[in-house]
Amino acid sequence: MPLDRKDLLDLDDFSSDEIMLLLETTSAMAEILSRPIRRVPTLRGKTIVNMFYEASTRTRSSFELAAKNLSADLVNVSASQSSVEKGESLVDTMRTLLALGADMIVMRHWEAGAPYLAATQVQASVINAGDGWHAHPSQALLDLYTVQKRIGRIEGIKLAIVGDILHSRVARSNIWGFGKLGAHVTLCGPPTLLPPAVLDAYETLPNLTLSYDLDEALQDADAVMMLRLQRERMAGGLLPSLREYSARFGLNRERMGRAKANALIMHPGPMNQGVEITPELAYSVQSVIEEQVAHGVAVRMAIFYLLAGTAERLA
Amino acid sequence: MAVSGKVLLQAEEIRRALLRIAHEIVEHNRGAADIVLVGIQARGAPLARRLAASIEALEGVAVPVGRLDITLYRDDLDREHFRPNVRETQIPVDLARKHVVLVDDVLYTGRTIRAAMDAVMDYGRPRTIQLAVLIDRGHRELPIRADYVGKNVPTARREVIELHVSEIDGADEVFLLPASQEQA
Amino acid sequence: MTGINNSWVIRGARVIDPANDLDAAVDVLVREGTIARVGRALQADAPNLDADGLVLTPGFVDLHCHLREPGLEYKETIATGTQAAVRGGFTTVCSMANTDPVVDTPATVALILARAQAAAAARVFPLAAVTQGSWGTQLVEMAALSEAGAVAFSDDGLAVADARMMRHALEYSLLVGKPIVDHCEDPELVQDGVVHEGLTALRLGLRGRPAEAEETMVARDALLARRTGAHVHIAHVSTQGSVDIIRAAKRQGVRITAEVTPHHLTLTDEIVARKLNENADAALAYDVNAKVNPPLRTAADAEALIAGLNDGTIDAIATDHAPHSENDKLCEISQAESGISCLETAFSQVYQLVRSGKVTLPTLVSKLTSEPSRVFGLPTGTLSPGAPADLVALDLDATWTVDPDAFASKGKNTPLAGATLPGKVAMTFVDGKIVHAVDRFQQRGAR
Repeated sequence: MPLDRKDLLDLDDFSSDEIMLLLETTSAMAEILSRPIRRVPTLRGKTIVNMFYEASTRTRSSFELAAKNLSADLVNVSASQSSVEKGESLVDTMRTLLALGADMIVMRHWEAGAPYLAATQVQASVINAGDGWHAHPSQALLDLYTVQKRIGRIEGIKLAIVGDILHSRVARSNIWGFGKLGAHVTLCGPPTLLPPAVLDAYETLPNLTLSYDLDEALQDADAVMMLRLQRERMAGGLLPSLREYSARFGLNRERMGRAKANALIMHPGPMNQGVEITPELAYSVQSVIEEQVAHGVAVRMAIFYLLAGTAERLA
Repeated sequence: MAVSGKVLLQAEEIRRALLRIAHEIVEHNRGAADIVLVGIQARGAPLARRLAASIEALEGVAVPVGRLDITLYRDDLDREHFRPNVRETQIPVDLARKHVVLVDDVLYTGRTIRAAMDAVMDYGRPRTIQLAVLIDRGHRELPIRADYVGKNVPTARREVIELHVSEIDGADEVFLLPASQEQA
Repeated sequence: MTGINNSWVIRGARVIDPANDLDAAVDVLVREGTIARVGRALQADAPNLDADGLVLTPGFVDLHCHLREPGLEYKETIATGTQAAVRGGFTTVCSMANTDPVVDTPATVALILARAQAAAAARVFPLAAVTQGSWGTQLVEMAALSEAGAVAFSDDGLAVADARMMRHALEYSLLVGKPIVDHCEDPELVQDGVVHEGLTALRLGLRGRPAEAEETMVARDALLARRTGAHVHIAHVSTQGSVDIIRAAKRQGVRITAEVTPHHLTLTDEIVARKLNENADAALAYDVNAKVNPPLRTAADAEALIAGLNDGTIDAIATDHAPHSENDKLCEISQAESGISCLETAFSQVYQLVRSGKVTLPTLVSKLTSEPSRVFGLPTGTLSPGAPADLVALDLDATWTVDPDAFASKGKNTPLAGATLPGKVAMTFVDGKIVHAVDRFQQRGAR
């Protein structure tokens, strides 16, 4: 079964079969990473552009390594300023990249929806590497792969996603990914960062629940995903203080005792240790935070492999 | 699956051919030491396991068996814009200084073997790479030949050869099909 | 294609003229650009115009459109905007003041009127700003602007954010007896919101503009109008809460009027998340052409707006025609300009409400003609003898497909591209002159 689509923008429109194909292919790619020479010639002659409108070390280098492991040519373009300030529009930039011969464009953007605009404007495949608060599908896929590999299944597991759900693209994509594969997902955070209407927004996912009590959310969980708390949330009146947030929604060993024994601890990084998670837990045996990073490369290799060439075929 | 075509090899003939190849491998390498059998996915993999069993029966040595998916080394991915699923690769030992015997069902253009050799090289520097195939149907496009051949079968390019193995297909048989159906 | 001295006897149509409480199959006699008589089997020496099968109404009156001239001619001009108007059946348009420069001096009003005189296909009545430069800090010279021809005052595009400024604007407007038109959205609650704060915003990860941003300001304006006794007109009402507040204020006798746009009546925020293609599983898109302020709301809001239209809470349908160039829209959604180009689709959009039985045709026509004219005190929107012969003939059985490239407006920004809509404007008359006719009626006019 080929992946019959040009772009990877979010998991909301992916079938569970397509997600499983991505995870199986990730498994094959992970084997390459265990070899003495971690490089296959698959995408020789293909040009991949990393177009990052927002700073990112982790995701950018992960896509970069994935591209290089598949022997693609990679160009890193960073535009820390908005396209408007730069004076060149996003669409013009995309067309320039296409003229330069880009086959695939990996895009990180501060604005939700920007990769969708790009995808409609260029023939190249567009891979969303995170758009505003909206989506981060490759992160969700690596989270799915991490859980699949550690627990052996996604269906029926209980996952708690904790923190700033409202502003989290990681949470949004994981809600779709884990939801579609049949996990029970509980969202947990303060009401300013987790509006009750979230459940209505994802009404097609029956196994989604919401809790304002971390202990309740952690009860019998198979995995816990802690989200990064942006410190600027304090200024906007969304939170009174880090201390209060940490007291109510920070993960520590005592609270973790409510989850299943050996439940996984995940974090998309970068962590605020001492705020959403204690350092002790971040580096505990239950933590798979470093594994998540390692799996990121394999997941992105799978994405590149499955999307390469589809843009021309579908055109 | 229902296949209508001429039967080239029956189960018993396949068994005998593999046994002969096992003998030849041992003879050629003066024993079973330092041999690693690597089956090319999908149907080379069970053949490699059977060869290993025969060699162990002959020599009393357990030969390491790996399986190799060459999808990521194919030279036709871009041309066809198709994306075959990537199957599992498993190489159980370091291949450096080993005699690696690649095992496949049908030798045809040689492109699969070229890809497999590239892949094997990425696992280390073997002392030799040898090739064992059940069927050699000719029409090579690269300067590649097999060291061990079960049966040479002259074919037309339009024709298709299909091997069934009991591990995957429920029975051992080799068919010659009159074109149209694509060779996987 | 003109009658002798713009004179006609238009025969065979169903004539709806809410100003005169008329809905009957009658003839309309137009003499030298003016309505002469409306009645059965009129005898006259003017040429006959066969309008058999059509509905004839006064030309539509739009209280709220952006003609962009002066200063933003790359988006629209008075010429192209009024061409779009007459194609959409609008013969009277009130142009908003957020041009460049903002309409805050009598000279700018005079300029617009002169440009309209020279190039407009429809009647143009300019609004002036409430505050100088629409900066919200100093009132415009309402008396001078009123004398120059401004029909109302609005900082539209922006709210009059400062409550004290709004209070004084209302007080001072009593001097000229013309309404203050407010774009009600509290900037503090809106922040940099992009779409309605609702499920679509949550799904798409977009910043929301809450309904309360509008409602708190509508309530504020209603209270200030009650205190001052001045006339406040609420532009583009979009929420159920606003309808409730306006209804309550009207019951108390507050001089408050309100308008609603075709898109807030017929579309919801979900259209922002329109799919990239027909495939049901296709990715969500971010349709910048559905980005408008105030934003498209929910189905419940649309229902409440329709109820408000029916019970008189909302006086008029106004287009808020907001043309933009392609580059204004082809960018990240928060960077994209807000607004919908809708003069040419407006009638068909709201006619859908008649088709679905939610609004009667006479009510709809009143909200497009007599009612808006009453709100701003305009001389059009009626077939009374002596009124200008501004007329529109509607082919209600026709359907058509929206093709923005075929718009007369320079603004191709509509979320309705490709949609099939019911009801078509067959002919439009200004001063008895045919200013728009679809092909087959051009021949009728020539006969």
